[in-house]
Amino acid sequence: MAEFLQQLINGLALGAIYALIALGYTMVYGVLRFINFAHGDVFMLGAFAGYYLAPLVNRCLPAQSYLGGAIVLVLAMLICAVLGMLIEFLAYRPLRNRPKLTVLITAIGVSLFIEYSCQHEAIFGAAPRKFPDLIPTTAWHFWGLVLSSNQVIVLATTLLLLGGLSYIVKRTRIGTAMRAVAFNEQAAALMGVNINSIISFTFALGSALAAAGGILFAMNYASIEPLMGVQTGLKAFIAAVFGGIGNLPGAALGGGILGVIETYAGGIPGLSNYRDGIAFAILILVLLFRPAGLLGKQQTEKV
Amino acid sequence: MLEIKNLQVSYGCIAALHDVSLKVEQGRIVTLIGSNGAGKSTTLRAISGLVRPTAGAIFYNGQSIGGRPAHQLVKLGLAHVPEGRMIFANLTVHENLMMGAYLQRDKAVIQRELDFVFTTFPRLKERDKQVAGTLSGGEQQMLAIGRALMSQPRFLMMDEPSLGIAPLLVKTIFEKVVEINRERGITILLVEQNANLALEISHRGYVLETGHIILEGDSASLRKNTDIERAYLGR
Repeated sequence: MAEFLQQLINGLALGAIYALIALGYTMVYGVLRFINFAHGDVFMLGAFAGYYLAPLVNRCLPAQSYLGGAIVLVLAMLICAVLGMLIEFLAYRPLRNRPKLTVLITAIGVSLFIEYSCQHEAIFGAAPRKFPDLIPTTAWHFWGLVLSSNQVIVLATTLLLLGGLSYIVKRTRIGTAMRAVAFNEQAAALMGVNINSIISFTFALGSALAAAGGILFAMNYASIEPLMGVQTGLKAFIAAVFGGIGNLPGAALGGGILGVIETYAGGIPGLSNYRDGIAFAILILVLLFRPAGLLGKQQTEKV
Repeated sequence: MLEIKNLQVSYGCIAALHDVSLKVEQGRIVTLIGSNGAGKSTTLRAISGLVRPTAGAIFYNGQSIGGRPAHQLVKLGLAHVPEGRMIFANLTVHENLMMGAYLQRDKAVIQRELDFVFTTFPRLKERDKQVAGTLSGGEQQMLAIGRALMSQPRFLMMDEPSLGIAPLLVKTIFEKVVEINRERGITILLVEQNANLALEISHRGYVLETGHIILEGDSASLRKNTDIERAYLGR
């Protein structure tokens, strides 16, 4: 039982990070109907932003303080928000009225461009680096379980960010406009909504969440490198599809479930090397029965 | 208030409008009638900026607006209730109306407009918190018109408000169109397949056929025109 709960905690902490990244995929899909394959790399850039920001912040604040950690997180989110808007503006906006496949291929190109240019010595270099400890780390032991402060931070930060996102999307003027654009771009334009600024905002929001995911991931796994976004990004994308692409609660749910399944699969003796395979096999099975994802609506094509 | 000169619109290499010129005087209801595919909706879409004209000019209060994007025209007092209503089915009725007032930041003004929309369409007030996709066709049409009114338009275009609506509601909606025109002084350009009804409430009419204006005149005389009678009024 203790083992079961322990894996649940570990799985949720991992799933929370997938959820943060998955939201960006699903939001961009909602307004633009394409998958931004460069999103996983924004996650990586977030982690690196944290890596470079930490020593700067530590000049004014003692190392490993909660305030310092929070400042690093917020700054990295802001930097990635700007980078996300820049990627959209430079790479995707010029292709706005082109076939979706063109944009999709471009997204793959942007992703490869970021990954391999960041491996250049002049940028980050290919070697993995140790991510600094942003906050004091402790672990609590109770009922035979171990709960690390990093796990608590990951879960708390994720819940806070999900709450914030939900507020923005549901209660604010710009969030309502986002949902309107996602439903019908032309009708939104007829209301006076500048579609391009809403799309920029969506990229900013998604990229900021990915940056938060990057920092939380780096805090837990300590090592970062330019290709770290490839697999994590792919998993988060799958989590978004699993939850129902375009559906925000779905992305969060899909991320959480994927993290938990993966962790449980990794805990089975002798099968831990197959954990991704097992996790994806389960997802494929679920998608066979619910092709639109867990919370996705079955769309009938309108004629 | 609105003047179109030799408007031409093409989708790819297929021309939808060949040469359309029309004029809408302030305070009037002007109707554009014609059969399916004549280019009525395209005309409205070109005016509101949803499609770019390939040639010709559009003047709104003397200002050339041809080719400007839709979201910039809303500020000038142009509103368009599009074909198929295009309400935001995923938002509530209230949120739909708030989207109509997207450019208005003054809460007091928004409340005033909301009250006005609710007096015009009391049904919308009852459905305020409901998700718009669950409304009936007639209610969705009221919402589409109400949403357009929330932007405080001076010039309102409506595309087939009678389409897919119970006959009883069609009458109500047309009465509201007249009311909006008379009481609010909003100039209206109305596209309708139901030519009979449209000519009954409008001051002036244009007949569009395969991308050309083939006839124009005041509505009363158009109703008596034998060609129109045969082609569009079914008498």
